Amino acid sequence: MEKVIEIKHLNKSFGNHEVLRDVNFTVNKGEVVCLIGSSGSGKSTLLRCINLLETPSGGEIIYNGENILDDKHDVRKYRTHLGMVFQQFNLFNNHNVLKNCMVGQLKVLKRSKEAAKQNALKYLKTVGMDLYVNAKPKQLSGGQKQRVAIARALAMDPEVMLFDEPTSALDPEMVGEVLKVMRQLADEGNTMLIVTHEMEFAREVSDRIVFMDKGVIVEEGPPEQVLVNPKHERTKEFLKRTLK
Amino acid sequence: MSFEIILSILQENWPSYLRGAYMTLLIAIISTIIGALIGLFIGVMHTIPLRKKSVKSIILKIINFILTVYVEIFRGTPMIVQAMVVFYGIAAYGYEMDRFIAAIVVVGLNTGAYMAEYVRGGIVSIDKGQYEAAEAIGMGHFQTMIHVILPQVFRNILPATGNQLIMNIKDSAVLSVISVTELFFTTKSIAGANFRFAESYLITCIMYLVMTFVASRILRYVEKRMDGQNAYQVEQRREEQMY
Repeated sequence: MEKVIEIKHLNKSFGNHEVLRDVNFTVNKGEVVCLIGSSGSGKSTLLRCINLLETPSGGEIIYNGENILDDKHDVRKYRTHLGMVFQQFNLFNNHNVLKNCMVGQLKVLKRSKEAAKQNALKYLKTVGMDLYVNAKPKQLSGGQKQRVAIARALAMDPEVMLFDEPTSALDPEMVGEVLKVMRQLADEGNTMLIVTHEMEFAREVSDRIVFMDKGVIVEEGPPEQVLVNPKHERTKEFLKRTLK
Repeated sequence: MSFEIILSILQENWPSYLRGAYMTLLIAIISTIIGALIGLFIGVMHTIPLRKKSVKSIILKIINFILTVYVEIFRGTPMIVQAMVVFYGIAAYGYEMDRFIAAIVVVGLNTGAYMAEYVRGGIVSIDKGQYEAAEAIGMGHFQTMIHVILPQVFRNILPATGNQLIMNIKDSAVLSVISVTELFFTTKSIAGANFRFAESYLITCIMYLVMTFVASRILRYVEKRMDGQNAYQVEQRREEQMY
């Protein structure tokens, strides 16, 4: 299997507080990986370290054979290969739906206006928001915003999609529409790394589940193994509390 | 004070009044624009993220210190004094500045000092998520500012800019101390000639009120236009519920 992102001995601390300790793991091409664990276990920080929204304190992030943390490496170019979806959507408030999906293509990838528009419309259709191209973010519901945010990330044609608790800020009735879109993307063979608290969803879509606790990876493996027959006490404890 | 006297003053002096009002508006508008640009520049300079210790960050710190000194001086002294210092200060070196230019320099610098704080506040108040989202799709700091942050800042500082414009329309009256022929100075000479102080200044009063009122209405309209409607157009009429 082709490795897309490989993380070696990653450390991250905020002041004296160690959030990640010696994290090692790999994302392969076409794989859907879910990161689970209680709040404060470092899973969001790990995701944010991967696209360098947080600067790791030590270790290596290897993307297509190159260490991204090298000083020489072009961080901005690297980021275009990663699509990020945030918990709080973070759509650009000054742009409408279509422009949100175009601005990165135009200004960063330097695509032509027409190409950018076609690509944006294609992905807006995927997430079912192609009818709302003229709407401003403030006019949309949470679920709609998150679907647009997914389309915005996809429009950059990234190699890996990163999801940082994409449904945690949504009303319960809107969670479904977002998960449906993500399930569809998983079925289409996209490489996805998802931080989530939706256990049922994680079990269904992921090829691999990674359980984190206190900044370290405790256990990883196929969903049946980690969720049904966990080996570690800490995993069992976590699942007992969340699966009820 | 009678209506006929006001009419006769107007009849004799309306071209002067209009010229004065024109001058007042010209100074207020130009200096508000200059001030907004200065404010924008300082606001952006003050919010550039600093990378550890580098030559760049030291230079930036020095520039920001100078800009802070400028802001404090112009916010902390009366504009009437600034006008005197700038105009006569330069005159002391044997160079007589054009009074109109001096007026714009003083009011513009004054406005810039106030606007700098509004802009800084406007930038800081933009949600951190907006920066992160822009960074995450590979935009640099400059691109993020131009395409994402500043358009939102513009909207946020528009009311403050409008206020400044209205203040400048009124406060440019103090420029009469350096004999700029704006509305107040013009009125002074009209009243000085006809000795009808109350009537002459009543006309001026109304003219100021009309100018500030119109300016505030126009700005309100622009704000509304920028906010757009609450409803939006759905591309095709396929789905029933669009709200």
